[in-house]
Amino acid sequence: MSTSTFVDEKPTQNLEAFKGVKKVPHEEYYTSGHRTCQGCESAQIMKLMAKAAGPRTIVLGSTGCMYVANTSYYSTPWGVPWMHTQLGSSGSSALGVAAALRVQMRKGVMKDEPINVIAFCGDGGGADMGLGAISATMCHPDYNLLILMYDNESYANTDVQISGTSPYGVNTSFSTPGKVKRIMNHRWKKNMAPLMMVGHPTVKYVSTISTSYPLQAMNSVRKALSAGGPTFIHCLNPCPKGWDFDPVLSFQLGELAVNTGIFPLYEVECGKLRLYGKTKDIASGRFKRLPVRDYLLKQGRFAHFIEEDIDYFQSKIDEMWNKWLVPGIIPLQKEIEGE
Amino acid sequence: MATLTLPVEEKKKTQEQEALITGAEAIAIACKLANVDVVTAYPIRPYDTVMQYISQLVADGEMDCEYIVAEGEHSQFEIVKHASVCGARVFCGSSGVGWMYAMEALTVSPALRVPMVCMVGNRALDDPGAFGVEHNDALAVRDLGWMLTWVDSAQEALDTALIAYRVAEDRRIFVPLAISCDGAFLTHSQALVKIPAAELVRKFLPRYDRGDLLLHPDNVISVAPQANEDWVTEIRRQNYKVTEVACGVIREVYADFEKTFGRKYGNPFFEEYMTEDAEVVLLGMGTLSTPVKVAIRKLREEGKKVGFVRLRWFRPFAGPEIAKCLERFKAIGVIDRDFSFGSPDLSGVVATEVRSAMYSNSSTRPPVIGFIGGLGGREITVPDVETVTDIVFQAAKGKAQPLTQWIGLRG
Repeated sequence: MSTSTFVDEKPTQNLEAFKGVKKVPHEEYYTSGHRTCQGCESAQIMKLMAKAAGPRTIVLGSTGCMYVANTSYYSTPWGVPWMHTQLGSSGSSALGVAAALRVQMRKGVMKDEPINVIAFCGDGGGADMGLGAISATMCHPDYNLLILMYDNESYANTDVQISGTSPYGVNTSFSTPGKVKRIMNHRWKKNMAPLMMVGHPTVKYVSTISTSYPLQAMNSVRKALSAGGPTFIHCLNPCPKGWDFDPVLSFQLGELAVNTGIFPLYEVECGKLRLYGKTKDIASGRFKRLPVRDYLLKQGRFAHFIEEDIDYFQSKIDEMWNKWLVPGIIPLQKEIEGE
Repeated sequence: MATLTLPVEEKKKTQEQEALITGAEAIAIACKLANVDVVTAYPIRPYDTVMQYISQLVADGEMDCEYIVAEGEHSQFEIVKHASVCGARVFCGSSGVGWMYAMEALTVSPALRVPMVCMVGNRALDDPGAFGVEHNDALAVRDLGWMLTWVDSAQEALDTALIAYRVAEDRRIFVPLAISCDGAFLTHSQALVKIPAAELVRKFLPRYDRGDLLLHPDNVISVAPQANEDWVTEIRRQNYKVTEVACGVIREVYADFEKTFGRKYGNPFFEEYMTEDAEVVLLGMGTLSTPVKVAIRKLREEGKKVGFVRLRWFRPFAGPEIAKCLERFKAIGVIDRDFSFGSPDLSGVVATEVRSAMYSNSSTRPPVIGFIGGLGGREITVPDVETVTDIVFQAAKGKAQPLTQWIGLRG
């Protein structure tokens, strides 16, 4: 029965935060069978996500690495029900499953219980093709679901092409530097999490996470699944193949993305913003941002950068932290006039 | 005496009602009777009236479903696709380029074995943005694993929607099914329709059971994992197997429909009109049956023995039966409300299919003359049908006719 005239809410699972690494359960719901690359952080977030969600979960996976490399016929790694969905359909798939569960429980043909619904998408499926469907889904407060975007900053499964979240100037197979043009990608990375929270005011939980901080990542998933209504998580996932680095550096690059201020970590619960980890220290001045050079030059995809490219990149990151109304997050600038 | 009459609600459950409704409204009522679980809507004329009626039924508490207005047709069909895999009975629909916008979702649904039932309010494809009927929208999925049926009255629309759920949700079938209703001529035209009692529908239409293909934590499966040349041939073959049994299942369901509701459709695959003694026949789909039947009655008064075969099921195409029916005539005129660019003989889709069926299933192979007309919502008039009939009679007399002719063209 409806609990409110305004929104027809249904209870969620109450997933309390894991209080420390030693309290994390041993059970895995994403196990062997996948064929992802060595050092693949996208596979890592699949594992953490499934662990955090637990067994009463349905996972929908849109096309991308985590479909093609992940879920081959006869060797699925999923220990929870999983279904492939089309590249642009993470939003619609979650909505369809949440609607089906809800109506069947209401009609008494399915046991009434809170079941987690998670749809994941890559940056191509989420920030490019599926943006419209995700946006529509974020506007349906009646359905409990989570859209998790794993972001390896390219269409990594199809030979690494630029997406809406690829960094400025990056070398991909659709933006290879040439004799005349050194920089083929002039786009700046799409600011996905703020796009979701600012554009959809009724959404109760939005966060950014990194697989280099697994406990926070898992607890963020648990919060998102317990918040009620549609929720969104943006996860940055270093990709040895697409970013061109030694797989041993995956973890370190995830940390560097945060410590250079390029990828801030935060969560928004019912409109309340909370920075966490090193991002919090950067914002409060306790930690000085590392130069972006430390991050960029560890990756072959930026090997063509000359000093002025690095300087430009650094100036954009400085602008994020020095000029934005909410530093690192909301790209509105304070009105200077009249000051 | 008020005390002797049943309350209205009780009456609805046990007695057949009669109402003046449009084709779209008839399908909305069928969805209510079928106790559909998830409905997704997106506006495009002319199919969208069905969603207006469903929205009202939900708001009035007459229908209990999740009613979701999507942000585009692609999402509209993706939402119901996933809901269906999760055990819900679903309804969806579109028209013209809206249907084409959903094409990716339409493509993947048959292989996923999703028994979604949809209404296509047939509409010309853009450009030039005409609202009127043309069959190329629904026909675009003819090779993709969809079952396709055309109806020509509001009554048939309602009955076929109930039949559609029984057929599609039969475990031997489990593929999507689209009911085509000619835009405006059927979607927006009112007629008296007998609405069956809810109790009988419940008896006729058991709950959709996805069985071991259900996506649910109690049934841990991976749906549609990635496969390549190692398994794709076998997966396609599974859908092919559906076509082998589909005609049999359809026949069973129509027989049960007749037994339950007492309304007869005869041969499920096509309707024959004044064919017993006919020398030539015309063949077509949808609401062109109205002008054709009027013209035939007129031509009969002039002594011209012409009949009509209205195709109901296009997929599966009941080839042997259709050929057996048609081979007894001296010539056949197929009127297509579509066109098929660069096809053999440059004919419309239906004419090409009929010729193909005749080639392999008939030894007599009478000439099949293709006609293309009534596009973009233009009427096929009684004089058009008379002209067509004259040409077919010429062919029957052995006088060679062009194999494809456009009718009703402006000068």
